[in-house]
Amino acid sequence: MRVDVNGTPREVQAETLSALLDELGFEAPCVATAVDGTFVPRTLRDAHPLTPGARIEILAPMQGG
Amino acid sequence: MFYGTELSSRLFLGTAQYPSPAILAEAIRASGTEVITVSLRREGPGGGGFRDLIAATGCRVLPNTAGCHTAREAITTAHMAREVFGTNWIKLEVIGHADTLQPDPFALLEAARVLCAEGFEVFPYTTEDLILGEKLIEAGCRVLMPWGAPIGSGQGLRNIEGLRSMRAHFPDTPLVIDAGIGAPSQAAEAMEMGFDAVLLNTAVAKALAPVGMARAFRQAVEAGLAAHRAGLMPRRDMASASTPIFGMAALA
Repeated sequence: MRVDVNGTPREVQAETLSALLDELGFEAPCVATAVDGTFVPRTLRDAHPLTPGARIEILAPMQGG
Repeated sequence: MFYGTELSSRLFLGTAQYPSPAILAEAIRASGTEVITVSLRREGPGGGGFRDLIAATGCRVLPNTAGCHTAREAITTAHMAREVFGTNWIKLEVIGHADTLQPDPFALLEAARVLCAEGFEVFPYTTEDLILGEKLIEAGCRVLMPWGAPIGSGQGLRNIEGLRSMRAHFPDTPLVIDAGIGAPSQAAEAMEMGFDAVLLNTAVAKALAPVGMARAFRQAVEAGLAAHRAGLMPRRDMASASTPIFGMAALA
């Protein structure tokens, strides 16, 4: 299905959020995730189904002031 | 005490805009800081290096919600930051205006209410407005972070009388001057006035020699704190001779 990952459209096989992280090679323990503007905790990623067009944000620590 | 944590260094340092990761690490060491601010951004290449750098500093991490313009964005970012960094501390920024980066007081208060109720320890980036400060405390904030001047402007304490009133109005709340500090003398001034800490980033990161500037800020903050504790002399309008008149020779 086609989803939006960090602002970029992607065609993915994954059907859950945790499968998506694996498929795209993210280090799952080191990132935080949100789907359609709502935080999805690490423990709920397995159970979080993806729907076509979902907007997924995958964030990590970065320099900040 | 910042949410029950005693800090010997009163300088909080931002981690953005340094010439290189090595200079950032060195500046953190030279500053003597115990608290560094960090953000969350879309994961890209090289993210792992920054994580390792943060861990190696041994500093406490204060994640921010920089760049958020609505309470909802800031709340979601805070949730994500709590999971990634494993801390309840959050520097809550809800920006109201793109040019001044002035906080949006209404959205700030709304986000602070939600986050405090969820157990976050909120460090709100606010203005010197006393009523807003009171409302933030009612919402559960136990630290306030008034701006000195607009973020990155280096203007120092732009409304010094307003900040003085704020210090007097909230004698028991830790107050941190956040943003706008450009020179060590300005940081020292804030500490002399009785502020509990200063948070800065650009003034160090954009100095010609960030490590040297980090050291200068460390000394300024220490000097300002020591001066406040020692008690400054009262300011006077007129001169007052310091050398005694008694015993002066009649030479005229």
